[in-house]
Amino acid sequence: MSQDKPSRKGQWVDQMLKVRDNRDTDAFAELFSHFAPRIKGFLIKSGADAATAEECAQDVMVTLWRKAGQFDPSRASVATWVFTIARNRRIDILRRERRPEPEDIPWGPEPEPEQAAVLELQQESARLTAALAELPEEQRKLIEQAYFGELSQSEIAQATGLPLGTIKSRIRLALDRLRHAMK
Amino acid sequence: MNMTTIQHHLDEATLMGYATGNLPEAFNLIVAAHVSLCDACRAAVESYDAVGGSLLEGAATAMSEDSLATTLARLKGEPVIAKQPKNVGVLPTPLQDYVGGDLASIKWRPVGMGVKQAVLATSGTATARLLFIPAGTAMPHHGHRGTELTMVLQGAFQDDEAYFARGDVEIADASVHHIPVADIHDDCICLAVTDAPLRFKGWLPRIVQKFVGI
Repeated sequence: MSQDKPSRKGQWVDQMLKVRDNRDTDAFAELFSHFAPRIKGFLIKSGADAATAEECAQDVMVTLWRKAGQFDPSRASVATWVFTIARNRRIDILRRERRPEPEDIPWGPEPEPEQAAVLELQQESARLTAALAELPEEQRKLIEQAYFGELSQSEIAQATGLPLGTIKSRIRLALDRLRHAMK
Repeated sequence: MNMTTIQHHLDEATLMGYATGNLPEAFNLIVAAHVSLCDACRAAVESYDAVGGSLLEGAATAMSEDSLATTLARLKGEPVIAKQPKNVGVLPTPLQDYVGGDLASIKWRPVGMGVKQAVLATSGTATARLLFIPAGTAMPHHGHRGTELTMVLQGAFQDDEAYFARGDVEIADASVHHIPVADIHDDCICLAVTDAPLRFKGWLPRIVQKFVGI
């Protein structure tokens, strides 16, 4: 439906790094074309009206620009990172509540993640997306309700056999590496 | 902030609830505080975030024509958010944001036997408070209806067979009658969060709940 141009590493990492490292507005425009409609759709599914969702999708993209320095491609795909910003904005508009976030892992000398680690995380993310698409309708609906709605989380936490284990261990490795680098 | 070896972690349902954005603010606060110290739980939260990222891919709704131009114009002059400086205090950064500083900024109120507490302002029905228990002292009995999560920030406490040190979280439901005792070596400071009385689904029980006060 849109002219998506996933980058060489796939999933918009190149564009995100151009925004992060060069404040590249062309790369930002590409990210906007792909993600802003998805943020808007997410907010509408979460109960926001179209005008609010439109405005907030713009806010989320501005936050992406401002927080770009915190993006770490060995720990999150661009879609995941955008999701976290959109989710926080949702809590802000629908509940008028603060959203406490964990402290950043202190950065020492800038440890640039290895290409292999970045690639692996992106591949696992793609695998997760595929696994989600293959879930039985009922299970996928349950998960969507948890993320889009206000469904209690207790009964869904273990309702699915999603391949989260490998993603978790890759993120863990990336965290270990960061911790090690700052010693 | 030094990493310690954390023995007692948050449960998967709470970690997932944090990622989906369905927890009350007080519970978001304890997750943010624990994850600040615990890489295992941070990795778990970030993998639940990844599910959200995957779902986002399938949720597109067209933006208005001029939205990109409007947003690009807004970027000019937007300050970049700097990385946080290294936290050298006792309280994890998200807690410092609520307290307005580190330990010295906590506004303690005595509750007897040398024990002190400070309620933190969070919205909704769940509550968050900091507890100060002098070394070697038993925590006073405090009833709680739903779930209570207690995270150690300084010192340690012993409860039955288990020992809880900095970063550890004790998970207790209403059926647990526990009497935690602060370790003798240091005064113990904890963050405790309790959820609301039972939360009912649907509008009728909710109205009834208001009147009968359960």
